[in-house]
Amino acid sequence: MLNLITDPNLQWILLGSMLLGISTGVVGTFAYLRKQSLIGDTLAHAALPGICIAFMLTEVKSVGLFMIGAIVAGMIATVGISWITRYSRIKQDAAMGIVLSVFFGLGIVLLTQIQHSSYGNQSGLDKFLFGQAASMTAKDVYTMTSVAVVLIVVCALLFKEFKLISFDPGYARGLGFSVATLEQLLLWLVTIAVVVGIQAVGVVLVAALLITPAVSARYWTDRLGVMTVLSGLFGALSGAIGTWVSAGTAQLPTGPLSVLTATAVFVASVLFGPQRGVIAKLVRRRTAKRDWAAENAKQSGAGVGASAKERGVSA
Amino acid sequence: MAANKSGIAPLTVTNMTVAYQKKPVVRNVSFEVTEGELIGIIGPNGAGKSTLIKAILGLQPSLSGETLVYGKPYKTQRKLVGYVPQRESVDWDFPTNALDVVMMGRYGQLGLFRRPGAKEKAIGMECLAKVGMADFAGRQISQLSGGQQQRVFLARALAQDATLYFMDEPFAGVDAATEKAIIQLLNELKRQGKTVLVVHHDLATVEQYFDSVMLLNGELVAYGPTSSTFTEEMLQKAYGGRLTFLKSHANAEDEPVLIAGRG
Repeated sequence: MLNLITDPNLQWILLGSMLLGISTGVVGTFAYLRKQSLIGDTLAHAALPGICIAFMLTEVKSVGLFMIGAIVAGMIATVGISWITRYSRIKQDAAMGIVLSVFFGLGIVLLTQIQHSSYGNQSGLDKFLFGQAASMTAKDVYTMTSVAVVLIVVCALLFKEFKLISFDPGYARGLGFSVATLEQLLLWLVTIAVVVGIQAVGVVLVAALLITPAVSARYWTDRLGVMTVLSGLFGALSGAIGTWVSAGTAQLPTGPLSVLTATAVFVASVLFGPQRGVIAKLVRRRTAKRDWAAENAKQSGAGVGASAKERGVSA
Repeated sequence: MAANKSGIAPLTVTNMTVAYQKKPVVRNVSFEVTEGELIGIIGPNGAGKSTLIKAILGLQPSLSGETLVYGKPYKTQRKLVGYVPQRESVDWDFPTNALDVVMMGRYGQLGLFRRPGAKEKAIGMECLAKVGMADFAGRQISQLSGGQQQRVFLARALAQDATLYFMDEPFAGVDAATEKAIIQLLNELKRQGKTVLVVHHDLATVEQYFDSVMLLNGELVAYGPTSSTFTEEMLQKAYGGRLTFLKSHANAEDEPVLIAGRG
């Protein structure tokens, strides 16, 4: 476990996991509040055909190319979702479901094609798909740093606009904001975060990194600014603990451990959240009950006859 | 802010037709409103009242129709127009407080990237005070009652400092105190020379609240000053005989008094 501090390789993985956690946590806040919790899943699956096409076109197993393919596919998917919800009566969740399955279906067809063709072994492909944080290199961490910086800067600059379109998009349009553009921009930020995340935790688990920190953060605060920062911190914390546990035990993968950590943070939030948490609610309820019983006792002690009479009447 | 007394109508709508499916819900509605009036939009359920407002504001695509605000296309005049949507249109469990929602009214003037500061806060507090909600500024919005949420929405529209307002059923499901606060506010806006269009359901208060009424039933049934437009005959036309009239005994003038509109 000590080697976490000394091993430069592990330091890169630690930094990368934390940056990834911050990125997905921050953009995830808006995705969650806009009731797009499924978006992470959709984009992660939509990335598959993008990755396959990138590989088929270039026949090179390069993470950079895979990411470009995945981002392009993800962006097309988000346009598809916006388009379906705007021009049909299909609701957002169903639209995401449709886009997810169409893209993933296409992706599987292409993947099978690659496996049966002369492209050679596609082992690099499935490593990318299922994620391998342990293979992160310094170069990947540079990419993640720039992605995290871009996402955080854009979210900070457009915080007011993102808040407005998350709370009341109709009103935002009335004020003259280009809601469609802002929504699309936000979706693209989510796409970038998800695609970067796929590399570390894989297609299936990246959705968890997007939503879990945001849902956890909501339990601790009633202010959007605080929630966004907390969500980023929870994401980073999950990445850090995931890496730390993974480094301490020989065979366990970093990405899934980060997701499990995020889930543990979520469970703690549900239990201990100061206002909305289960324990706070129980305590509040019990106090209210006791106070009410005490008040009742005082009243009935003051006028036993009268209250008994009242009860008789009401019964 | 002094009203713009240019003589140009604050709102001119021509041939507005809106359809969700094939059949238009709002057909060929044309009207022009007079500056500084409170206008009630009345009609049975499904008459297209909210739809008309949304189409005017471009929130709902229309088949045809043109909206002019002070003689210019609505798109170039957005800052002059304030909109109070139905309360149920948003999720009140959003992590924010009352003051923050009111300050959203200033976002249009702030423009992209700029953040609300002390000035916006002051305006927000002032508007909250106007709707009697100053004590609730820091309250999480999910912990406000329905009437208080409605007042927060009104304060947000006030903060926008528009000259033409659209309100979609501000009186729906609020108690007497909130109703009174809202009507005081409407009169205050009127005194400032602003024009307000209100989708309204309670026929009993129409004469008391509004200068003009618009009777809608898919088509424009009637539009004009309340005294000459809000008549039994016109109402029968708009509601299609689904109204119950009672002759008032207390009222010497023997005016019809409405007790229920079963729209």
